Amino acid sequence: MTSNCNVSNMRRLVEQLKLEASVERIKVSEAAAELQQFCLQNASKDALLVGVPTGSNPFREPRSCAVV
Amino acid sequence: MAAEKAEMDALKKECDGLRTQIEAARKAVNDGNMTSAAGSATEVGRVQLKLRKSLKGHLAKIYSMHWSSDSRSMISASQDGKLLVWDTHTGNKLVAVPLKSAWVMSVAFAPSGNLVASGGLDNMCTVSNIKAASPKTLRELDAHTGYLSCCRFLSDTEILTASGDTTCCLWDLETGKQKIIFTNHIGDCMSLALSKDENTFVSGACDSLAKLWDLREGTCKQTFSGHTSDINAIQFFPNGNAFVTGSDDCSCKMYDLRSDQEVITYQDGSLNAGVTSVSLSNSGRLIFAGYDDFNCHIWDSLKGEKVGVLSGHDNRVSCTGVPADGMGVCTGSWDSFLKLWN
Repeated sequence: MTSNCNVSNMRRLVEQLKLEASVERIKVSEAAAELQQFCLQNASKDALLVGVPTGSNPFREPRSCAVV
Repeated sequence: MAAEKAEMDALKKECDGLRTQIEAARKAVNDGNMTSAAGSATEVGRVQLKLRKSLKGHLAKIYSMHWSSDSRSMISASQDGKLLVWDTHTGNKLVAVPLKSAWVMSVAFAPSGNLVASGGLDNMCTVSNIKAASPKTLRELDAHTGYLSCCRFLSDTEILTASGDTTCCLWDLETGKQKIIFTNHIGDCMSLALSKDENTFVSGACDSLAKLWDLREGTCKQTFSGHTSDINAIQFFPNGNAFVTGSDDCSCKMYDLRSDQEVITYQDGSLNAGVTSVSLSNSGRLIFAGYDDFNCHIWDSLKGEKVGVLSGHDNRVSCTGVPADGMGVCTGSWDSFLKLWN
């Protein structure tokens, strides 16, 4: 019984590997360039990169200004 | 007997052949990596985020947190047996959901904001409606034979879970039944991340592998190796073509789906603590990784350099999250506090 399970498990593994082997791959340099481009194109909208203006910081307590 | 052995040997040979084929195909497209491609990108400089709020309320270790899609509410789970929904702009607690089992490991907000899900060592995923007068349990999804490590809603009617029983599962919340079971990992599944189009998801497991799955067909489409220990955390890069993992091997890695391999590793000789959680800023440039060393370290995703640190917790950082509007980052810790930074 165990040997039958092993054979069917192995068959499944072969089918899975065939599926994974059939993937179309692009060059890493091309993939990396696209990821970089995305970062640079969206950098100006990334609040954690460019900073949040003090007046409009949702996590900051609004402070009143004292005129000295 | 002999025929079976012959078949097993033939199948093993076929497996080895296919594995060699996959490695060769990956090598053939491996003409560079992220650091070389990112040579022209400007440095981000030192990233110094300030602590804006310390959310006090839990009485024990925090294991998980998740932002609501409104970027304002946030839910946290602690082994004090409670889920707390916070208004992160005021720091106030909005809802407290008592848990039947205190051993919670994961919590999630539905995109609608109406439902929340949690689970852990009880092997179940409990879904509650938090918009009712008092939190009402809607469903107890009970079929996993191992702990619930992660859960994510697709909508108010479907949820995806990852479990210590090595499987992930798509559930129908209207019937409370399993729709699809995703089997292929050979170690506890620790984390999952849903693609924006909800057609695929990625999972990380204790077998040190990350896998990409077709959500509707239930098949594993790609397997990514490289880590040398449990993968605890996984998140998609914002354009959906790559994902970042965090592991007990003390490193984070970025894998690209289309080149089917790792494109960069984030590690530092001085960092000898496991990674518990990862989240990315909206442009994908910054990676916030929570470590066992009580800190959340910030990495430049393109250059692979450490560019900052969020220090302040008195125990392991167990979870991190950036809201949809990208205005800040939340860290949760075993010290029972959640902190908001920007």
